[in-house]
Amino acid sequence: MNMPTLDQLQQGQTAQVTTLRGDDALAQRLMEMGLLEGEKLEVLGFAPFGDPMEIRLQDFRLSLRRAEAARVSVVLL
Amino acid sequence: MTLVRTPTIALVGNPNTGKTTLFNALAGMRQRVGNYPGVTVEIKKGKLRHGDQTFEIIDLPGTYSLAPRSPDELLAVELVLGRRPGDSRPDAVVTIVDASNLDRNLFLTTQVMELGVPVIVALNMMDVAAAQGLAIDVERLSRNLGVPVAPLQANKGKGIEELKEAISQTLENPVSPPTGPEFPEAFEREVAGLCAILGDDVSPFLVRRLLLDVGGQMERFLGERSGARVQDHVRAARKRLNEAGCPVPGIEARIRYGWIRRATADCLRRPQVRPVAWTDRLDRILTHKVWGSAVFLAIMFIVFEAIFFWARPLMDLIGAGQGSVGAWIEDSMTAGPLRSLLANGVIRGVGNVLAFVPQILILFAFIAILEDCGYMARAAYLMDRIMARCGLNGKSFIPLLSSVACAVPGIMAARVIENRRDRLATILVAPLMSCSARLPVYLLLVGAFLSPEHGFPVWVPGLTLFGMYAIGFILAPLIALCLKRSLLRGETPVFVMEMPLYKVPSVRLVLHRALESGWMFVRRAGTIILATMILVWALLYFPANGPSGSYEAQIEALNVRINALESSGATDKATLVELKQSIKRTRSEWLGRSCLGRIGKALEPAVTPLGWDWRIGMSALASFPAREVMVGTLGLVFSQGSGDSQDAEFRAELGHTLRQAVRESAPSEPLFTVPVALSVMVFFALCCQCASTLAVIRRETNSWIWPGFTFTYMTALAYLGAWATYQVGTLLGG
Repeated sequence: MNMPTLDQLQQGQTAQVTTLRGDDALAQRLMEMGLLEGEKLEVLGFAPFGDPMEIRLQDFRLSLRRAEAARVSVVLL
Repeated sequence: MTLVRTPTIALVGNPNTGKTTLFNALAGMRQRVGNYPGVTVEIKKGKLRHGDQTFEIIDLPGTYSLAPRSPDELLAVELVLGRRPGDSRPDAVVTIVDASNLDRNLFLTTQVMELGVPVIVALNMMDVAAAQGLAIDVERLSRNLGVPVAPLQANKGKGIEELKEAISQTLENPVSPPTGPEFPEAFEREVAGLCAILGDDVSPFLVRRLLLDVGGQMERFLGERSGARVQDHVRAARKRLNEAGCPVPGIEARIRYGWIRRATADCLRRPQVRPVAWTDRLDRILTHKVWGSAVFLAIMFIVFEAIFFWARPLMDLIGAGQGSVGAWIEDSMTAGPLRSLLANGVIRGVGNVLAFVPQILILFAFIAILEDCGYMARAAYLMDRIMARCGLNGKSFIPLLSSVACAVPGIMAARVIENRRDRLATILVAPLMSCSARLPVYLLLVGAFLSPEHGFPVWVPGLTLFGMYAIGFILAPLIALCLKRSLLRGETPVFVMEMPLYKVPSVRLVLHRALESGWMFVRRAGTIILATMILVWALLYFPANGPSGSYEAQIEALNVRINALESSGATDKATLVELKQSIKRTRSEWLGRSCLGRIGKALEPAVTPLGWDWRIGMSALASFPAREVMVGTLGLVFSQGSGDSQDAEFRAELGHTLRQAVRESAPSEPLFTVPVALSVMVFFALCCQCASTLAVIRRETNSWIWPGFTFTYMTALAYLGAWATYQVGTLLGG
C-alpha cells in the first residue's frame, strides 16, 4: 500500500511520521524542529487557497507549505 | 576579584522565546548595534551590571539551530566561537528556553553545549508552561543537563536577579563545560579526519557543521576557499557515515532529541489531556480561510490608515516647524549664500528627515504589536500562497503594503523576513509601490488635464489615479519574480514557520522597538538625506549672480518695495501685482541659469522623446532627492511662485498655469498635452526619486550596490515607461 504523505491529510486527522525524504536545508530544518520518524502530529488546517498548512507537533504549532509536507510520509492514526 | 578584561556573555535562543525582552531586562538602555560589513542582521551589544561587576552581553539573532545556512548565520556562529577579529570569545553562553516547549528549545541548547564554554539555561515562560499543565522540576533538569538552569518570567521581570547571580557565579568559578549528547564513534572519526585535512584554522565545531549541514554555509565557504578537494572529502565521509548507519543530517536530530527526551523524562510532567488553550480557540478564527482572511484585511486596513492618515498631523507639525524656523532665519539674517544654505538646504533637509519619523514610529509600533502578540506568523501564513506566486513569501506582504504609504518604513519592515534573498527582493521592489509622496504630483496633473472641467467623463480622474497605483501593484511582484529568477536565484527558501502562542504584547517592548527604529533612521539615513538636500540646494543656488547682479538682492529689493507699499496702505493694486510678477520672473530666470537649470537644458534632447522640454526635465531632476518637491519646482519654473505640494489651492492655481504653458520652440503649441501629463505621471510612478529610500536601502543591506541597483533599474524603467506612454498616447490621441 502506498503510504500517504502529510500534504494529503485532511484537517483534524492525526498521523505518525514514518519517513522524511531528502538531506537538504528543508529536511534539516524539519528535523531540527523535531519532525522525526515516530513523532505524532495533527493537521490543524489549511490557509486560503489550500496552502500552506498548519500542524501540531509536540507542544507547538508549525506551518509549512504543501510542497514541503509532501516530503513527509505518514501513517494515519 | 579584579578582572583583566570585561567578561563577555552571549545570549542565544529560538525565536518567540522572549529573548528581546530578556536582553532589554539585562542590558537596560545601554545598547548599541555592532557593525559587520556584508551582513544584514543586527547584532546588539550591551552592558550588564550586577553588583560591582560589569559584563559585556551580545544578543544573537533568534534561531532554531546553530547550523549556519547563510553568511548572516555564519557570523552569529563565529561570534559565539570567538572567531571574529575584534570580538572576544564569550566566557559563557546563556540559552533562553521556552518552558512550554521544552524539547524543541533544548535542541539549540545541546548544540551550544558543544562550543566548549559554560552554558546557563534561562528557562523562560514558566507561567505559560504552568497554564498548560506542564510541571517542570528545575533542579532535576539542571542536574540532567549538567548546566545551571534559572527559571524566569522575563516579561514580568521575575527571576532576572537570580539569572544574573547564576551568570556571575558561573564566571567566578568556571565550571568545566558541559558534555551534552555524544555522537557515535564513526562520526567522531570522520570529524577527526576532516580536522586533520583542514588544519587548525577551522574550529572542530565548524568541522562538525561542515559534515552535518548538506549544502550549508560551511560547505560553500570552504568550497570557495579550499576548492573542490575538501568537498570530495566531505562527500566521501558522508557516504561512509550513511553506510555505517549514521545518515547525515538525520543523525544529528535523532541523537539530540534522543538525549533531550532522556534528560527531560523524569523532570517534565505533561497532563493526561492537553488543555485547550485560548491560543487554540483564537486560531480557529484567525487562521480560518474566510474569517481569518477577513480579520487580516481589517487589520491591514487599520495599519494602512494609520500610516497614511494618523501620521499626517505630526508631519504637518514638523512641516510647520520647518517653515517657521526657515522664516525666522530669513528674517534674522542678511541675504547671502549662508542664509540660503541654512533656510533652503539645512532646514529643509532636516525637515525632510524628520517628516518620515511619524510614519516609521507608527508602522513599527504596529509591527512590534503584531509580532509580539504572535499574529505576524498568522499573517504570513494567510498571505503565503499569494506571495509565493511572485517568488516571495507571506512575510513580504506587510513591507510591500506599508510601502504604499511610504517606502522608507516599508523597507525597514522587511527585517521580519529571515531569508536573505526574499528580504532583498522585497526591499528592491518596495519603492515601486506608489507612495503617498507621489500623490500630489498625480493630483496636480490629473486635476489640470484630465478632470471633467476639461471635457473628460467623470470617471477618468479616478481611473487614471487607480492606474498609477496599479502600475506599482502589478510591476512590483513582476520585478520581484524576475529578480528571484535571475540575480537572486537560489534554492526555494524554507517556509517552515512556528506559530507562536498568542500573548498580550508588552507596551515597553513596543515603545522600545518604535523609538529605536525612528532613532536608527534619523541617525543612519538622516545624514545621507541631509547631504543630498544640500547638494541640490547648491545646484539650484549657484551661480547666484545674473546679468543685473545678485538674484537674491533683486528679490530682496522687490520684497522691500512690496512691504513698503503694503504698509503705507496704498491702493495701487496694479503696481503690487507687477512687483509680485517681477519676483516670480526673477526666480524663474535664476532657476534657468542655475547649475541644475543648465543641466536640464543640456539634457533636453534626452527628455524630448518623453514629450518633455527642459523645464519639465529640470523639475524632475530637482525632485530626485525627494519627489514631493516636484510640485514646488514646477511652480518656480513656470513662474507660479513656490508653494506647498499639500495645498490644494496652490495645486489648482499651478494646474491653471501649466495649462497656459507653451513650448519655447513653438509658442503656439501648448507644452502639456494629455500624453505629456501622463508621461510625467508614469515617470513619477516608476522612478526612485527619493534619497531617503536609497539611504534606507543602503542601511538595511549594508552595501552601496543595492541602492545603486535600485536607482538604476527604476530610472531605466521610468524612462521607458514615460517614453512608451507618450509615444502610444500621441499615436492614439493624434
